[in-house]
Amino acid sequence: MSDKRVGVYVCHCGHNIAGTVDVEHVAEWAWGLPNVAVSRDCQFMCASLGQDMIEEDIREHGLTHIVVASCSPHMHEKTFRGACERAGLNPYLFEMANIREHASWVHPHDKDGATDKAKALVSAAVHRVLQQQPLEPLQVDIRPETLVVGGGIAGIQAALEIADAGFPVYLVEREPSIGGHMAQFDKTFPTLDCAACILTPKMFDAGAHPNITLLTYSEVEQVDGYVGNFTVRVRRKARHVDESLCTGCGTCWEKCPKKVIDTVFEAGMGYRTAIYRPFPQAVPKYPVIDTENCTYYQTGKCKICEKFCPTEAIRFDMEDEYVDLEVGNIVLATGYDIFDARRIPQYGYGRLANVFTSLEFERLTNAAGPTEGKVVLRDGVTEPRSVAIIHCVGSRDKNTNEYCSAICCMSSLKFDHLVMEKTGAQVYNFYIDMRPIHKGYEEFYHRILDEGTQFIRGRVAEITDAAHSPEEEGKLIVIAEDTLIGRQRRVPVDMVILAAGLEPRADAQGVAHMFGVGCGDSGFFTERHPKLDPVATMTEGVYIAGACQGPKDIPDSVAQGAAAAARILGVIFRKQVALEPIRASIDESRCSGCRICNTMCPYNAISFIEELSVSRVNPALCKGCGTCVAACPSQIITGAHFTFEQIMAEIDGILVDVHTAPPEHTAVEAV
Amino acid sequence: MKTSQDLTFHDRVVALTPGGEALEQCLQCGSCGGSCPAGADMDHTPRGLFAMIRAEMEDEVLRSNTPWYCVSCYACTTRCPQQIPITDIMYTLKQMAIQAGHYDHPHATKFSETFIGFVEQRGRSFEAGLATRYHLYHHPTDMVRLGMMGLNMLRRNRLPLRPKSIREVDQLQAILAEAKAIAAKETYR
Amino acid sequence: MTRQAYTYYPGCSLQHRSHAYESSNRNVAQALGFDLVEMDDWNCCGATEYFSLNRLPAYALVARNLARAANEGADELVVPCSACFLNLHKTDKQMAQYPDLARSVNQALAAGDLHYTPGTVRVRHLVEVIISDIGFTELATRITRPLYGLKLAAYYGCLIARPDSIFDSTEHPTTMDRLFEVLGAESVPFALKTFCCGGHMAQISAETGFEMIHKIVKNAAENGADAIVTVCPMCQLNLDVYQNSANKLFDTDYQVPILFFTQVLGLALGLKPSDLGIGQEFVDAMPAINKISEVPPPKPKRERRDKQALPMPVMPE
Repeated sequence: MSDKRVGVYVCHCGHNIAGTVDVEHVAEWAWGLPNVAVSRDCQFMCASLGQDMIEEDIREHGLTHIVVASCSPHMHEKTFRGACERAGLNPYLFEMANIREHASWVHPHDKDGATDKAKALVSAAVHRVLQQQPLEPLQVDIRPETLVVGGGIAGIQAALEIADAGFPVYLVEREPSIGGHMAQFDKTFPTLDCAACILTPKMFDAGAHPNITLLTYSEVEQVDGYVGNFTVRVRRKARHVDESLCTGCGTCWEKCPKKVIDTVFEAGMGYRTAIYRPFPQAVPKYPVIDTENCTYYQTGKCKICEKFCPTEAIRFDMEDEYVDLEVGNIVLATGYDIFDARRIPQYGYGRLANVFTSLEFERLTNAAGPTEGKVVLRDGVTEPRSVAIIHCVGSRDKNTNEYCSAICCMSSLKFDHLVMEKTGAQVYNFYIDMRPIHKGYEEFYHRILDEGTQFIRGRVAEITDAAHSPEEEGKLIVIAEDTLIGRQRRVPVDMVILAAGLEPRADAQGVAHMFGVGCGDSGFFTERHPKLDPVATMTEGVYIAGACQGPKDIPDSVAQGAAAAARILGVIFRKQVALEPIRASIDESRCSGCRICNTMCPYNAISFIEELSVSRVNPALCKGCGTCVAACPSQIITGAHFTFEQIMAEIDGILVDVHTAPPEHTAVEAV
Repeated sequence: MKTSQDLTFHDRVVALTPGGEALEQCLQCGSCGGSCPAGADMDHTPRGLFAMIRAEMEDEVLRSNTPWYCVSCYACTTRCPQQIPITDIMYTLKQMAIQAGHYDHPHATKFSETFIGFVEQRGRSFEAGLATRYHLYHHPTDMVRLGMMGLNMLRRNRLPLRPKSIREVDQLQAILAEAKAIAAKETYR
Repeated sequence: MTRQAYTYYPGCSLQHRSHAYESSNRNVAQALGFDLVEMDDWNCCGATEYFSLNRLPAYALVARNLARAANEGADELVVPCSACFLNLHKTDKQMAQYPDLARSVNQALAAGDLHYTPGTVRVRHLVEVIISDIGFTELATRITRPLYGLKLAAYYGCLIARPDSIFDSTEHPTTMDRLFEVLGAESVPFALKTFCCGGHMAQISAETGFEMIHKIVKNAAENGADAIVTVCPMCQLNLDVYQNSANKLFDTDYQVPILFFTQVLGLALGLKPSDLGIGQEFVDAMPAINKISEVPPPKPKRERRDKQALPMPVMPE
């Protein structure tokens, strides 16, 4: 062991660590740890100065192992491994001690305790690193195909960018058509251009692109593999319409006698038939049969669509099919659900007829919607003379969702304009704070102020039909404190629009689990880094884009779709990717062939070799989780970089007495 | 350990209210003021009062009629998006106002004190005695109107004239005396 | 299924001004086959008054009841008054939530040789006990005199709905409405079903209190209610005793009787009005009770869908 020479570097991280932990003392004390040849503290280890220092010390002092005590490995392990590599040291002879998240940030009021803990963590890292072995990364080939899950604007953008660069894309969409929420909107803020006018060309391009395979009315059921080599099983739900024969002529849905409320595309505001195409510009143009509502599937009689179909494309016996796709990378662009306003009963949605949600209003004001764009009350005919728009419904509220939904201020301003333009009604906005934060948004707010909308600063307490005075009779009364005058106000109106917040998809947890990504407190998918890596996830090869990552508007969703595509194209162009060599391996000479590990492995990475009666790990499939290591009754499975010796040394290290005096040591000159 | 002298007014309101820390999270949204069934009669809405607490306007806050118009219906508390225990803060403010001798409109205090006087004495409330004593002292002119109502109550067997007591009054009084002694020492929750 | 016996905390109001509630509770319990066993030597909960004056004695006052109930071996305490329910429930919950508070309260209780471990006694409101433990299905089989044709406004008031809902919603509960339908009555829409009755406001600031009372009575009357049904003696007192004062202030003449939920339940179980304390109310309930019909009202015709109208949001089950 005596030939090993460890370098220890303790980072101040500005005040982040040094404000609480006595870093100079930690570095001095570390001189007393086994085999430490150099120990220093430094303002910012991640800066080039810090990295250069590691490289020069390795060369000048013949360091064989490196420990950096700083932030989380998530943040900078790669950085410091790079420094080691540049100086000719195997990067797996580096170890990181996290004295920021694990010491200074969690014990801000206990400087002595935090310093002691930092010393113990540094000691653990030194003891451990002495046991570490050089490892070589695994090189794997990258398949050029990409899977995009979700055909909203973010997914369409990602698919088009990759396809335009010349690589194949599978675009999977749960609904019968791509287009997502944007296809339901009439106008888009702040420019008020028509959503369909800017979206349908992109939908058409995605549908017609030679590099894009559309899989609509389909859902991903299973995902296996790893970056570069995923296997994805997709269930193609039976459309009951033969796409090779259907021309999308519309005879079937015109003749279909069964009408149901369309709770998806029309947001419950309109009706559709049992065989239906969600909207005229749908891509693809083929209808589907909703078997839960179709008279034939319920009673065994009808088949009117089949009778009238001019191309005999109806297939009542069609069944779900499964396709297995091989892809190198995945983009999740699964979007959002709108907040269910019934969860705030005091706003009366579902009880008071003329309380609408924002999505309902989008359909109401859409020229292709159930009223052909006429803004009317629930009776379908009366124009409102006064309208209240309630902000922050299911947002900024710990009883529902604590986060800000980011888009509601702007969509409310858009509604202000549309209501006034179409009906001339007086519009009242009830808001807590106005947040028109992007380019051109504040100006749009000013335009709406100019147009005469009233803004009342106060979160609405309740909406009631219990009138207290003759002028309130027959109206909806919006009750709020006008916080700018400090008085309760009761504002009678004909119509209320609830600016409902954006929520993670109801099945987001399940989807996250299937693709191996995380969900944050709010339930949206977690990005690799909130600022510096917003479209990657902790799983290599899986990216996220659009509102599935957090509430965002169309420009931001498009930007993320494009960003995810750029990241993936970079990987595809490299053709290969290096994987962490942290893998399990089985000592086959001692394997009893009990096969316990085969069934325990969550990644199906262990197979049984019949002729040798032993189990063997496929390193490309193994994720290094350690389950088999713990499960093996003979204790003959080793996890590289997490060996028994390494873990025990780390434990020995963390248990040393941290109150010993720092030793005398030969000064090292600053580099 | 801080003593009450070291604490700001805001800190004391927080410290005297179970879960009072949430007050620091107030967004000034006005859900409370909008929800209050008695809000129209208050000189400041609860939200306004919270801003004044932030601004250390101790005198104005403790002289406000707002807590005294609170009917303890908890509408504000359940609707508050920051889950501030607003009703309990109103209780705290009433208690602080009484201690500071600040409240200028003593009807509510006197009603509470009369009510609690019976409870501390006998362990039970006493409707007839409450009405008589409270109104005799504080609203003698109302006695005629109330007398009619009292008669109506009596006729319907809804107003017994003899107060009831619990059996172990001594035990209750010992507990309350101890609680008052602890409360007097308590500067910090 | 219901227990044989529940430990019962009646509260001061049921001993004097709300006798009617007490007698209807007892008779309904007997009819439904369970006992309400009054806990020994309970004391007043302090209403909303004590918390305004001195916080810690207020908690100690309530906790004495919890500690004594626990000493009796009770794991549940059934309370018919919403204000008592709130104080008992809140003290138990906050003692569990705030250990410092629990320590101070127990220090005070020790002066009376008592101790209370939060969570020992589950505080329940009588209406929740009857609805949850017996259940609508069982109740339906006990109905001997359905309340056909009677239109009732289910008035929950504040304190069983808030701050900790024992019903389905703090804002718009519907459980009691479903109970009325089981009893054969009709439950009318009632926007102010959880609006506050004013509590002690009628005493200390009469006009504020009367205005709140007036709003509630007006809303129920306008929706066609023959009676308002409450679960709280304070609500009953305010809406009943001060209804005429509120009428005078607003120049109206509403005469909506205010009944306790056990009174209407008792009627449906076939009990006599006099056994249920009916007759003690200021606004006479007999005109409403006389409306009860022998036969169910005709089922309203299903309205044809208006071709022009937009569909209402689909409500989940």
